[in-house]
Amino acid sequence: MKPFQYLRPTGVDAAVRDLTAQPDAAKFIAGGTNLIDLMKEHVEQPTTLVDINRLPLATVEELEDGGLRLGALVTNADTAYHPLVEQRYPLLSKAILAGASAQLRNMATNGGNLFQRTRCYYFYDTSMPCNKRHSGPSQGPAGCGALHGYNRIHAILGTESADGNVHCIATHPSDMCVALAALEAVVRVSGPQGERTIPIADFHRLPGDTPQHDNTLRPGELVTAIDLPANGFSHYNSYLKLRDRASYAFALVSVAAALELERSDASGDQISAARLAMGGVAHKPWRKTEAEALLVGQRPTPDVFGRAADALLDGAQGYGHNTFKIELAKRAIVRALSQAAKLEPTE
Amino acid sequence: MHNQVIGKPISRVDGRAKVTGKAKYAAEFTAPDLLHGVVVSSTITKGRITHIDTGDALALDGVVKVFTHQNRPKLAWFDMSYKDLDAPPGSPFRPLHNDRIKYNGQPVALVVAETFEQARYAASLVKIEYAQEPHETDLQHHLDTARKPASGLASLLKPPPPKARGNFDKAFTEAPVQLSTGYVHGFEHHNPMELFSSTVVYGKDGKLTIYDKTQGAPNSQFYVSQVFNIPFRDVRVVSPYVGGGFGSGLRPQYQLFLAVMAARELKQSVRVSLTRQQMFTFGHRPATVQHIDLGAQPDGTLDALRHAATAETSRFEDYIEVVVNWSGALYKAPNAQFDYNVVPLDQYTPLDMRAPGGVTGMSAIECAMDELSYKLGMDPLELRLKNYTEEDPNEKRPFSSKQLRACYQQAAERFGWTKRSPEPRSMREGHTLIGWGMATGVWDANQLPARAEAVLTVNGKLRVSSATADIGTGTYTIMTQIAADTLGLPLEDVLFRLGDTDMPLAPFQGGSLTAGTVGSAVKIVCEDLGKELLKLARKMPNSPFAKAKFDDVFFVEKQMRLKADPSVRIDLQTLVDQNGGRAIRTTATSMTNSLKQGKYTRYAHSAVFVEVQVDEDLGTVKVTRAVTAVAAGRILNPKTARSQIIGGMVWGISKALEEETVMDHRYGRFMNHNLAEYHVPVCADIHELDVLFVEEHDDVVNPLGVKGVGEIGIVGMPAAIANAIFHATGKRVHELPITLDKLM
Repeated sequence: MKPFQYLRPTGVDAAVRDLTAQPDAAKFIAGGTNLIDLMKEHVEQPTTLVDINRLPLATVEELEDGGLRLGALVTNADTAYHPLVEQRYPLLSKAILAGASAQLRNMATNGGNLFQRTRCYYFYDTSMPCNKRHSGPSQGPAGCGALHGYNRIHAILGTESADGNVHCIATHPSDMCVALAALEAVVRVSGPQGERTIPIADFHRLPGDTPQHDNTLRPGELVTAIDLPANGFSHYNSYLKLRDRASYAFALVSVAAALELERSDASGDQISAARLAMGGVAHKPWRKTEAEALLVGQRPTPDVFGRAADALLDGAQGYGHNTFKIELAKRAIVRALSQAAKLEPTE
Repeated sequence: MHNQVIGKPISRVDGRAKVTGKAKYAAEFTAPDLLHGVVVSSTITKGRITHIDTGDALALDGVVKVFTHQNRPKLAWFDMSYKDLDAPPGSPFRPLHNDRIKYNGQPVALVVAETFEQARYAASLVKIEYAQEPHETDLQHHLDTARKPASGLASLLKPPPPKARGNFDKAFTEAPVQLSTGYVHGFEHHNPMELFSSTVVYGKDGKLTIYDKTQGAPNSQFYVSQVFNIPFRDVRVVSPYVGGGFGSGLRPQYQLFLAVMAARELKQSVRVSLTRQQMFTFGHRPATVQHIDLGAQPDGTLDALRHAATAETSRFEDYIEVVVNWSGALYKAPNAQFDYNVVPLDQYTPLDMRAPGGVTGMSAIECAMDELSYKLGMDPLELRLKNYTEEDPNEKRPFSSKQLRACYQQAAERFGWTKRSPEPRSMREGHTLIGWGMATGVWDANQLPARAEAVLTVNGKLRVSSATADIGTGTYTIMTQIAADTLGLPLEDVLFRLGDTDMPLAPFQGGSLTAGTVGSAVKIVCEDLGKELLKLARKMPNSPFAKAKFDDVFFVEKQMRLKADPSVRIDLQTLVDQNGGRAIRTTATSMTNSLKQGKYTRYAHSAVFVEVQVDEDLGTVKVTRAVTAVAAGRILNPKTARSQIIGGMVWGISKALEEETVMDHRYGRFMNHNLAEYHVPVCADIHELDVLFVEEHDDVVNPLGVKGVGEIGIVGMPAAIANAIFHATGKRVHELPITLDKLM
């Protein structure tokens, strides 16, 4: 691990100032559950760590519009088990608890979860080519090792850049963010230019030809909170995570499904609102409102769910080891929607 | 022996030390001015180092030296000196020997600094340039270069394939029911929780005390002594606790070499610990390709059996394991043929890993037997019983004991096998397909010679020691039990110590042979101590033991008593006093009875029955319950033995469903080289595991009648799971692990 300077400010403005002083070489640290590993592997080599754990960002507050504000420093565990989250946003609670281990969730924070970096093998091994890691020779060769390599856990959607090339097939590893995408959360940030909000859909980005950037934050910006809208889809939802073991593994494919059902006539229910997001398949949580639109006004049946799945997976591309994900994702979407609609039991 | 504690579920005597952190492991020992070494690993697979720039590393504060092939000390010249006691035939790998790169991850430099953090950072600044050469690492692409392995000392414990019997070709061609099938297994790495570490304490006189992670302290001592040309008396290796081994500690690993080299050159104590990634840069379970042909009568009688295996090895050593022999010993098949070959590749030499070869070969034959059972329309258990043999067909000799039939019966009954619906995909609940499968396990019950020492202290306490290891198996506990019972002492009056080359010599802990091997030495040395005690008793004035022979006495409740009249008794403490208040010490060697043992095939057996649930759409598999019945002779401690079997069963789940080191053959580099991506089961993967020990008496295997339980728990498990998955889904997966994509 490269030696670094360690700062521990107590206010948001001071933290932003500390980071802005050396925007390329400083990193915020909260739980450190991912950053420390990456530093040990020399994937991340910050010269300054700005420890934000003393900032006053560790509360969960109810908002006037009926939503909920999750402080950036509230731990994943405290969030998942918070009574208001459990009651009003069970989808988020389930997604968080599907991730990592109890020990990690006790350390990891909501803000930090947004900044988890990919688990791509090539990204983690500095002797392997990686466009996402590459920013100079000290961080290994450029290129994408996974593209023609061992890519079982890699992306099937959104990999092509505007020029038609593929520079990176890494996936975003978070479970929490998939639920946040389905719930249309809003990320609150503070930066040198003041505060702003970013819809979760615009927070993470696709790799394009600059895969080294995971998100759309500007230099020096700090996530202070995540706002959840009033509608938490608390009656009909499911978070289905498929992975290589029953716990403590990243998703091959995960699905956050949320529905509102209305009794349309004597013969049954009709979908009045739907949200659908996927993890483990792209550089960001994958959501398309077109797929959700196909559900609205329909009866909740496997056929209808299958059409939504096809729409969400439109353009999916396998790279060999991960090609199975296309079919797996389709089946997972159908299952998750069936579970959300209570047509299938949840494990 | 008057059994008070043998056979009882005694909790680990070292349990408290382990859970309180009092038990110290190799990297936890320290010394004044200890230096820290961090290894730099090669990033290419084959070629030469053309340039090493250590300037930036050496410029850092606290960095003492960077060792490379260019500045290493002159060491032993001949290959022979680098052969540890478990080395396969060949030319052992020599760290920092020259500029050649033989495999990816090879150690190419050791950075030594005052603190671990300094060394780790400096290691990242060592710049190495290579001239790469094309490499070959993919077994399946180089099967055409397979050849017979060289034979060496290793063949003593690892016999070559049995000779062919009958006429396989003819019998197979004529068999009314034929099956030809194949199975592929990938690489696996042991990954014990404890990282490989050596703390080398440099004494004032240049003598070394080495705290090493090893399954045999004497092997590390031997290796260091040979390579560095140091007399045995100047190298002491200590290894009281080992945080898992699974075979990885059978050979000295390169951190030992590097730490000793640095300590001797710098005349200062040095510790070298590997990283988790570096745990993937030495021995591993080899990738294997197996082929099996079975020819049977419609009633299930096997006429023909062929089992062939091809495994990878390194370019420099011929690692072998016993893969195909088990099939021939388990099933009668009068016409049989066996073959075992290796393919040398640009990798490190493979290394024994829990039930080496056994779990590999048995996974294949037991899946093949399952396939055959469906071809025959016969119950898989019935097919096994149809071909059951009371004599080892390979060697044409009896088994020393074989309660496999009882294992099948008892496990099947506990599992409820008779309620099985035979058709695949015939048991389901909603999307969940349910499958029941079974398989057999076999493993060696070998004994080697061993030595032990026993001391009855002035306080009447018994201290027993032997330079064996306890890699988490419960050796401390069972040896304490054996000693306690032999001399009639309560457990708390007995202290068993191990893992120190100052103690009497014992073989490494591996192959399930410690209980029988070291247990016999402990029993014999305690009996010898008893004989000394009897001598003392006989010398006492008017001794009621005056005419007693050793067979006439027994030991219980801290006393020696006459069998003929147990009221004639004497306290052991009194006998110590009779010895002038001096401790009484004996050393003994347990030899194997080769003449008697050689007339028998000595195996432990198991029968495994497994239930799986498979999600029909998503391919996810859950092993909902498993029953293993084990016949392994006498069970010294049902609690630690059960833990061993359960550990094996969990690993069987791992091998069947999760575990594989994946290489990107373009680079010759393992890609999932960390415990986040190298999957082994977590608690959520493990459901009901049931263990039965079947009663089995064996007077041949060793004086204790124990067969050892370290390996047998894993052997049958992967095949039973794969067979249950076939029963659930109708899909036969020929390549482990069976991940969900293979079942979609």
